[in-house]
Amino acid sequence: MKISFNVNGKQSSVDVPPDTPLLWVLRDTLGLTGTKFGCGKALCGACTVHLNGMAVRSCQTPVGSVSGQKVTTIEGLGGNHKVQKAWIALDVPQCGYCQPGQMMSAAALLAANKKPTDDDIDAFMSGNICRCGTYPRIRAAIKEAAKMA
Amino acid sequence: MENIIKNETRRDFLKVSGTVAGGLALGFYLPTGPRIAQAAVQTNSPNAWIKIGTDNSVTIMCARSEMGQDVYTSMTMLVVEELEVDINKVKVEFAPPAEVYINALLGGQLTGGSTAVRDAWEKLRKAGASARMMLVAAAASEWGVDASQLKAANGMVTGPGGKQATYGKLAAKAATMEVPKDVPLKPSSQFKVVGNVRQKRLDTAAKVNGTAQFGIDTRVPGMLYAAVAMAPMIGGKVASYDDSRAKSVPGVKAVVQYSRGVAVVADSYWQAKKGKDLLLIQWDAGPNADNDQKKIWEGIRNASQQPGAVFREHGDVAAGMGQAAKTVEATYQLPFLSHSPMEPQNTTADVRADKAVIITPTQFQQLIPHVVAGATGLKPEQVEVHTTFLGGGFGRRVEVDYAIDAAEISKAVGAPVKMVWSREDDMTHDSYRPAGLYKLTAGLDSGGKPVAMRFHSTSPSISARLFPSVVKDGIDPFAVEGIDNYPYETPNLKFTYQMHDTGVTPGYWRAVSHNLNAVALECFIDEMAQAAGKDPIQYRIDMLDMGSTKHQWSGLSAGVPVGTRMKRVLEEVRAKSGWSKKMPEGKGMGVAVMEGYNTVIAMVAEVTVSSSYDVSVDKITAVIDAGTLVHPDQALAQMQSTINFGQSACMWGEITIKNGGVEQTNFDMYRVARMNENPKVLDIHFIKSDSVPGGLGEPGTAVVQPAIGNAIFAACGKRCRTLPFTPENIGGA
Repeated sequence: MKISFNVNGKQSSVDVPPDTPLLWVLRDTLGLTGTKFGCGKALCGACTVHLNGMAVRSCQTPVGSVSGQKVTTIEGLGGNHKVQKAWIALDVPQCGYCQPGQMMSAAALLAANKKPTDDDIDAFMSGNICRCGTYPRIRAAIKEAAKMA
Repeated sequence: MENIIKNETRRDFLKVSGTVAGGLALGFYLPTGPRIAQAAVQTNSPNAWIKIGTDNSVTIMCARSEMGQDVYTSMTMLVVEELEVDINKVKVEFAPPAEVYINALLGGQLTGGSTAVRDAWEKLRKAGASARMMLVAAAASEWGVDASQLKAANGMVTGPGGKQATYGKLAAKAATMEVPKDVPLKPSSQFKVVGNVRQKRLDTAAKVNGTAQFGIDTRVPGMLYAAVAMAPMIGGKVASYDDSRAKSVPGVKAVVQYSRGVAVVADSYWQAKKGKDLLLIQWDAGPNADNDQKKIWEGIRNASQQPGAVFREHGDVAAGMGQAAKTVEATYQLPFLSHSPMEPQNTTADVRADKAVIITPTQFQQLIPHVVAGATGLKPEQVEVHTTFLGGGFGRRVEVDYAIDAAEISKAVGAPVKMVWSREDDMTHDSYRPAGLYKLTAGLDSGGKPVAMRFHSTSPSISARLFPSVVKDGIDPFAVEGIDNYPYETPNLKFTYQMHDTGVTPGYWRAVSHNLNAVALECFIDEMAQAAGKDPIQYRIDMLDMGSTKHQWSGLSAGVPVGTRMKRVLEEVRAKSGWSKKMPEGKGMGVAVMEGYNTVIAMVAEVTVSSSYDVSVDKITAVIDAGTLVHPDQALAQMQSTINFGQSACMWGEITIKNGGVEQTNFDMYRVARMNENPKVLDIHFIKSDSVPGGLGEPGTAVVQPAIGNAIFAACGKRCRTLPFTPENIGGA
């Protein structure tokens, strides 16, 4: 049974069991490997994507549940998104593995809250683990991005 | 990890490895000391640090693994400083295993021990300078002028009468020029690239747009995916298995047994994972079947009754204790820790009858051809290794276990296979920071100064498992770091190490035994200061040994006075942190200092401890003397990183064993710092210095932990000697 949904502005149709996590459909079926596997249990946020603009953990999102909906991954953020610009300006990534998930969370936060406070950032971003400890730069980059039009 | 090169003659060798695509390829290396890897290495030309193509392309080979610590950019900066090319036009590639890339500080092509920049510091600048000199010599020969009349800048050689030629145009001829023997380097006052505070990382764009290729992102034609089931008990093996249900999952192509488990191979990872979950396996639990944490601590405690091997001793410690006005004694207990990098272990292997290709996020590419050869029956020279970006390393990827697994699975199914571990596989099949017991006794004179110091540690030896040749007379050099360089003047001291196997695989974990010894020592120094009734910073300053450091077993700064550097960072951290200010109820400040990897760090932690002993770390002030900072912004990033990593370790990190296996399986059970727990203020200062660079990827990890522990004491009066600093452990102290 084919499942159709919009990925990064393009209509995609995949023939996989509907209980397959969106993460693995993106990575293995569609070749969009920017979205990362970290824990498989929505504990680390590495797999964060947007579903209709909301941040979701794709490792816990069955692909069957996104049928007909709109998914955005790091590849679809466009490269010129203010979050990406801020991440580059502050050289946020170290190993970089968690950063696509961090940026997708940050973009969703800024879409909902134009001027997040430190507490807002902590509350929204605490689901995304970084083992390299880029947190100070992530916090600063979110504030930097918030200043951009 | 730098002890291995003791007494080595540091004579430089240059080698032209032949031309690449008609251009210049220059290899440059130092002779290796005793190999950390037992295996010999083939030199596969063309391998070089720098390749200049006739098309003007400049490629720098990055021979260290990029796992966040910035070797990709900082090593390139060293080459570019002398090569005189625009760093933004340089292409960086990860190097294959080859002798030319051996890290002289480790004796292997290995990324670890905070050595990458230290090893490269002269070598890569000389490589850049040598290539530039050969390009200039080529132009001089071409134009019939003396080289001294020519100038190299921005990828171009210029000469009298407006003569000019690009590096690309000169590359082929340059390859025929004599390799210069005398290669003068720029003085630091002329650096344009090294030390540039505005230099950006060269890998950021790829890591921000999602195109950076980590091991787990590998895709090769015809590739299948493997999910694996490994024994839940450490050292367990498959006794028998039933794969009938697994094989019924659509997409599952094969189920194969390999050395340490059963692999389900399918068209996609999720199909493989579904199949894995349906396997029925009987395990042969092996020798550790009934191992558990209580037994492990009993074993360590019993072993600690042994005298241990003496690694540093002077004076007469018993006599010194006899003269003491006061004795302080404490035992610190530190748990096993997991590395848990964000990218779970994985490898893509394509093993054929006459060749294998291994694509893997590894810190130790040099070893892989040898172990894959051993696992597949191929020869090492038939194994091609490609290193990807690493989604964190922290020492976990010094191990090559997962590359062997993938090779075995690929060979069994006769196809390229990407094996991906689950987080649970990763956390329960790690090599763990050793647990240990640290018994310290100090005899203080009437003024509070130590007249005698006794240090006795009991913990597993990592090197006894991985590099047994470096273990001598019961001493693992990587088990005495952070204490064999004990920096305080003490007339009588005796330090001993008791090796003890717990049945749990020990591994090199960021800052290795600094994280054990220096944590216990710097907490204990605070206890001594308390017993002496002295201020913890002034107490340390007053007893610093201003002579040569000892470092009998570890460290590059052997014989170099670090006392002056330690005094400086302590004084500065006192000033910057507002040390003597009155803290409100429930808040406290704690200090720690350490020299490691030729870097000296002092930190002050500010914490809040609640009435139920919940701790939050509010601020860390750090002062660092790391010599020359090659890439200052990323030196800062490494301090931010190590503070975070050490904070996670000392606040929550604990791996425990039950029924022979690891109890913690994911981030819900193995807690690490999150955004809201990261200190709101990190106030980090580097001492300006022209000295050779010190290592930065690790040492901060070991300093922040005792600083936090001492701050907890200052805040609530509880001296927590069992880590991590959980409410239970603090309350029970």
